[in-house]
Amino acid sequence: MKQDSESIQKMMIILSKGTLENVYAAFVLANGARMEGINADVFFTFFGLEAIHKKKLEHLHVATVGNPAMHIPTMIGGLPGMEALATSMMKKEMEKIDMPDILEFLEILTASGVKLWACKLAMDMFHYKKEDLYEGVEDIITVGDFYNKSQGPGTHILFI
Amino acid sequence: MERTIAGNTISLNEEGYMTNFSQWTEEVGKELATEAEINMTPRHWEVIKYLQKEHQDQVALSIRRIGKSGVVDIKEFYQLFPLAPLKTATKIAGIPKPASCI
Repeated sequence: MKQDSESIQKMMIILSKGTLENVYAAFVLANGARMEGINADVFFTFFGLEAIHKKKLEHLHVATVGNPAMHIPTMIGGLPGMEALATSMMKKEMEKIDMPDILEFLEILTASGVKLWACKLAMDMFHYKKEDLYEGVEDIITVGDFYNKSQGPGTHILFI
Repeated sequence: MERTIAGNTISLNEEGYMTNFSQWTEEVGKELATEAEINMTPRHWEVIKYLQKEHQDQVALSIRRIGKSGVVDIKEFYQLFPLAPLKTATKIAGIPKPASCI
């Protein structure tokens, strides 16, 4: 990779959502950065914390309501079991294209050198503790810490 | 384009990947590794040989697949080829750059 001042050196990805498609978007972007020789950190805040919460990360769903691209009428999308059905269908498709599940993806990310951070404010709000989180999470940090880690040329911050 | 590396004429695409694997020799691989600033060890060669075999078997390469290969885990793969491991290693191996997002 080019090391000049115009190239991307580091991706700081903020994940604020806990729906499956958003979590995958953040993970694919972080992993893709590492594959290109770009450093990558993920900062999990608000519902994004679900993706690193040990008891929740294997139960993430796609949203079937309020998502016109799903092509499911809102009334139908809200019926009991619809989210689970849509999620299981999506997971089957993902497996076909070699997409890992959330836990395996976290392992790939940490092995690839992606740093995972949990937002202190959101941790306090949801009453989560460090031991609730996936072991690969580096630390619980403030937004100020996050900005400090974002310093340096060629850093890009991405909010999901 | 064509280049002469280690006494062999090889064809490369615009990104520097070999387009004809039959032109690859270990000497060519060594020279490509030097250009990528990789100091090849027996461990590196094991990974390169594995990638070449996967390519011959027409397997689509990805980081996930390499992690499951039993040859090298993802952490070591990044240690061996620190910057963009899949891109660097396939270039040294003389095989096409994988079109993989994972």
